[in-house]
Amino acid sequence: MKPHLKVMQPGLHTTIQDVGRFGFQSVGVPVSGALELEWLRLANALVGNPQETAGFEILLAGPNFEVCADSVVVAVAGSGAELDIRGDQPRRVPAWQSVRLRRGQIIGVRVPQSAACCYLAVSGGFAIVPCLGSLSTYVRGGLGGFQGRELRAGDEVPLAFERAPDRPAARADGAALDLPPGPIRVILGPQRDCFTAAAIDAFLGSEYIISDNADRMGMRLVGPTLAHRDGYDIVSDGIATGAIQVPGSRQPIVLLADHQTTGGYPKVATVISADLPAVGRRRPGDRLRFTAVDVATAERLRRERETLLRKVIERIEVVRDDGGLDLDRLYKENIISGVVSGFDGTP
Amino acid sequence: MTSPAPKAGFLPCGDTALVVEFGDRVDRAVSDRVLRLQARVAKAKLPGVVEMVPTCRSLMVHYDPLRTGAAKLEHEIVPLLADGEAVASIGKSWRVPVCYEGDLAPDLDAVAKRVGRTTDEVIRLHSSVTYHVYMIGFLPGFPYMGDLVPELALPRLENPRLRVPPGSVAMAMRMTGAYPVASPGGWWLIGTTPIRLFEAGRARPSLFVPGDRAKFEPVAAREFAAIKRASDAGDYEVRSEELTS
Repeated sequence: MKPHLKVMQPGLHTTIQDVGRFGFQSVGVPVSGALELEWLRLANALVGNPQETAGFEILLAGPNFEVCADSVVVAVAGSGAELDIRGDQPRRVPAWQSVRLRRGQIIGVRVPQSAACCYLAVSGGFAIVPCLGSLSTYVRGGLGGFQGRELRAGDEVPLAFERAPDRPAARADGAALDLPPGPIRVILGPQRDCFTAAAIDAFLGSEYIISDNADRMGMRLVGPTLAHRDGYDIVSDGIATGAIQVPGSRQPIVLLADHQTTGGYPKVATVISADLPAVGRRRPGDRLRFTAVDVATAERLRRERETLLRKVIERIEVVRDDGGLDLDRLYKENIISGVVSGFDGTP
Repeated sequence: MTSPAPKAGFLPCGDTALVVEFGDRVDRAVSDRVLRLQARVAKAKLPGVVEMVPTCRSLMVHYDPLRTGAAKLEHEIVPLLADGEAVASIGKSWRVPVCYEGDLAPDLDAVAKRVGRTTDEVIRLHSSVTYHVYMIGFLPGFPYMGDLVPELALPRLENPRLRVPPGSVAMAMRMTGAYPVASPGGWWLIGTTPIRLFEAGRARPSLFVPGDRAKFEPVAAREFAAIKRASDAGDYEVRSEELTS
């Protein structure tokens, strides 16, 4: 039997996602990919994968998998998430730490209370042929991932490896990626001129609540209404991830990974790319405020985020069985460079 | 004819995309400028450009902010806006079979009534024009084509459908198009095409790309069924010719 993870419980909405599908937006195919890209990339680094490898994106309620392979190394990323390992050697494994599992063990993923999502990476990734260059699942179009859809009970998700590479457990300081509390930073436009000055003031000066109407396409916010100057129908133009569009309801919608490639509602502002992961992990009921920055600032903030993530990955440390840090083994195994440069193929 | 083209404007879309806007309405001349700029930017292979999305009014340039920046890109794109250099047309002209009968054309009677024509006249008006593919959007492979003759222009449905069947050929305002997969939709459904508009496994996943042309050819229900069988079996090639001008 080919190595796989068997889905015992699928969770609420578990899909395979990587860093996105590029090159097909001009024919209407959304980018998709992880809502919280930094967490996915860190989860991959923890199991020794290249950062862009596909993993499971788990929304709001976690799945259970049975390991149907000789061994697999997994790690969950997400503040407050944890793994509930059952079968042989039952135990809890916190987020930001890899664990090696054997055939027959059960992986339960506990989604954090404080975030909408978490990510489970598996060593070697999945034995699935990419669709249009990516393993990201776009459920609405039935593309990518596992049969183009969210996981269901009984699915057997094929793994690339029968046996996980032999490497010690690794641990990262994932909390270093948490943003200090503060407003989400946006760049006004592209259609700020479609809104009244009072609407721009209200948008930047008020608190918005994420409604229950939130999914991978976008999150509807509830707060002060934003009046258009001249109606809300514009001739369609392109949409960037993070764009905040305002339809006839006058309530803003933040467009996320599965957003349509084009659209005909005015967009008051766009979340900067450095803050997109922070938005992607928010859940219904959370409150958001927005503040405007200019493009040059946004570009600098993005470089800083990238540097921060690189540092967190460089500082991944080996976990000894007793939970302490084994520096000697760290150097001998050269795990740091191994993790940073991606999976090195050692059997 | 060398009337000066209206100036293009640059609009920021966060720090991962830039829009070059040529107009705010659906207009063939605007679309041609958008598509010419797309071809020039593609040819220039600007570092950090990830992909481009042409629409009726603008070209969206998606970029990697770790490899380039808005100011640099704008600086590089401005010289490419000059309309001096001709760009060879690289599109295709398609002949798209459509059945305008019975259940395959659920709104045809209503459209005829609304525009004060017979259904045959509606079919003739819809199928006599060679349309320009302005853009693909809404769904993978959904073509926005125009211009529909003014005699057929209607606002969107007051009550959009929750499920439009795949292959439905639809119209609203001065646009016509076809739904590649089942989806909600607010356009008038006047026919169905048996061909597959989008298949991820094909070398060319979307049948249409922006800048293509398409003409609808009425087929009877029996021919529709035969083409659909062949098409579903991967045995039908949609007729097309290369655009040369």
